[in-house]
Amino acid sequence: MAAVEANLAGIRLRNPFLLASGIWGESGESLRGAYEAGAGGVVTKSIGAVPRDGYPNPTVETFESWGMLNAMGLPNPGIVEYPQEVARARAAGVPVIGSVFAGDADGFADVGRRMESTGVLALELNLSCPHAKGLGSEVGSDPGEVERVVRAVVRAVKIPVLAKLTPNTADVVALGLAAERGGAAGVSAINTLRAMSIDVTLRRPVLANGLGGLSGAAVKPVGLAVVWQLFDALTVPIVGIGGIRTVDDSIAYALAGARAVEVGTAVAFGGVGVFGELSRGLPGRLDELGFRSWEDAVGAAHAGRSRPTSSVPS
Amino acid sequence: MRQIVRVTERVQETPSTVTLRFDHAGAAAPGQFVMLWLPGDDELPMSLSWVGDRKGVTVKAMGDTSRRILDIPVGTRLGVRGPYGTKFDLSRQRVLLVGGGSGTAVLAPAAEAALAQGAHVTAALGATTANELLFEDRLRSAGAKIAVATDDGTVGHHGFVTELADRLLHEATFDVVWTCGPEKMMRKVADSGRSVGAPVVFSVERHMKCALGMCDACSLGPFHVCVDGPVFPAEQIARLDEFGRFKRDPSGRLVAA
Repeated sequence: MAAVEANLAGIRLRNPFLLASGIWGESGESLRGAYEAGAGGVVTKSIGAVPRDGYPNPTVETFESWGMLNAMGLPNPGIVEYPQEVARARAAGVPVIGSVFAGDADGFADVGRRMESTGVLALELNLSCPHAKGLGSEVGSDPGEVERVVRAVVRAVKIPVLAKLTPNTADVVALGLAAERGGAAGVSAINTLRAMSIDVTLRRPVLANGLGGLSGAAVKPVGLAVVWQLFDALTVPIVGIGGIRTVDDSIAYALAGARAVEVGTAVAFGGVGVFGELSRGLPGRLDELGFRSWEDAVGAAHAGRSRPTSSVPS
Repeated sequence: MRQIVRVTERVQETPSTVTLRFDHAGAAAPGQFVMLWLPGDDELPMSLSWVGDRKGVTVKAMGDTSRRILDIPVGTRLGVRGPYGTKFDLSRQRVLLVGGGSGTAVLAPAAEAALAQGAHVTAALGATTANELLFEDRLRSAGAKIAVATDDGTVGHHGFVTELADRLLHEATFDVVWTCGPEKMMRKVADSGRSVGAPVVFSVERHMKCALGMCDACSLGPFHVCVDGPVFPAEQIARLDEFGRFKRDPSGRLVAA
C-alpha cells in the first residue's frame, strides 16, 4: 500500500488531511474529535489578542452541494483563554497548527508568540479572511505588508510559520513570493473567495455582514490554479485548500503541488466522518494511480513541462 | 436552503411567550429546530412547537432579538433554514414529559405525535406562576394526563416540577422521560429517571451560528448541539463538566450558564 505520511515543513503527519481553520476549532474537544475521526492534524480557529464575538447571524448560506457562503467575522475566545483548548487537544496527541490574526506586524508577532507557547507545532497566519475590516485580506493583499508580517512573526517564534494567502487579488504569486522572502516555512492557499448572496423578495443581502467568503466544490478549480502557480514560483511547501471532499480532490491538489491539504466545508456538508473516508481511501487510490506514496504525487502534474506556465492566460 | 415565509398567525400563549405560525413545506419531526431570521436583525435557533406544513415556534424573550420577535405582527417576513437536528423517538408506549417554562414548546408536538400513535402520555409542567403554564390546554385536549407545579403555588404543586416528576416516576412505570428546561432542572430529572430505571431524553439549547456542525459555536463536550442534538439521551451529556454549569458565549469562551 502506498505510504500516506506527509512532511510539512518538518512536521510529520500521519496523513495529509488537516482540519481547515475556522471549522470546529473553537473547542479542544472538537479538535480532538477531528483527529480521532481520521485527520492527520488540525488547524485552530483563527485566534486574536482579545475575545471577539464575530458578526450577528445570518453568518452562513448554503448552495445545494456546490458551495457555501460564510461571514462568521473571526469569532474567537482570544489568546488568553484559548491555550486551555489547545492543551485539551494536545493531551490527546493531536498535531495542532495554531492559526492567528492581527491588524499589523507587531500584533501578529505578539499573538504568534503567545500561540507558540501553547505548544502548537506551527503557526498559520490568517492573511486572507475576505470580510473583516482591517484584518485578514485587508492586511494580506499587499505583498510588502505580507513580507513585513511574516518576517516579524518568524523573528518572534521558533516554530515553522505558514502564511495563508488570499485569492482575492490580481497576483497571488506575488503574495507567495513575499511570504517566502519574509521567511515563511510554507504557504496555505486558498482562503475563501469574496462573495455575497442577495434575497430577491427581501431586496437585501442574506449575510448580516453583506460580504462573505465562498467555499466548497465551487472553489476547487480556483484553489488548484493557485496551488499550481505557487508551486512553479516558490520553493517552500504549499498546503492546498479549497473544495476538497473526495480522495481524488486531494490527489489533484497534490499533483498541482500541495504537500498537505486542509478540509473544511466538506465537514459541514458531510460531517467529520469525511476524514475517515479520506484517510482510509487514500492509500488504495494512490496504488491504483501508480504512486508509491503521497509524496510521490506532490507536483507530479508539472513533470515533463518545459517551463512554468504560472502567468494568467491572455 | 433558506425559505422566506410570512407570519400567518400570532398567539399570545402566556404573558411572556408568543407562538408564531407560518406555512413552510419541508419535513420536520418533533424535537427539531429551525434557524429563524428576522431580516435586518439576527437569526436564532428555535425549536418547532408545531410541525407539519403549518409550522410554528413559541418564543420567549431571552435577548434583544427574541424580544423583538415577540412583537412582530402577522404578515412579517421571516427567513427559515432547516429543520435541523435530532428527533424524539416516538415508539415508546408510556411517556412522561417534564417541561420547565417555555421548554414545553418542543415537547408538545412530540406528545401529540406519540398520543396519535396510541401512547399514554403524562405531562408534568412547571412555571413560575399559573398564567405562565405553557400548552396545558393543548396537551390536555390531545389526551395527555396533566400535572402542574408553580414556584408561587398559584396552581398545582407548590414547588419545582422536578419534585413532581420524581413523585410520578415513583408512582408509575414509564418507558421514557422527555424533558426540556433549564439544564440544572434536566439534570435533576435525569437523576430521578436513573433511580427508577427510566431512560431520560433531553432537549438542549446552545448559542448557534451555522447550524451545520461546522462553526463550533454550539459545542458541548465532544458534541455539536446543532447536529448531534438538540435531542440527546441524558446519559450522553448529563455528566459532562460543562452541562448545567457552562455555556459558550458568541466568542467561544466558556462562561457560567
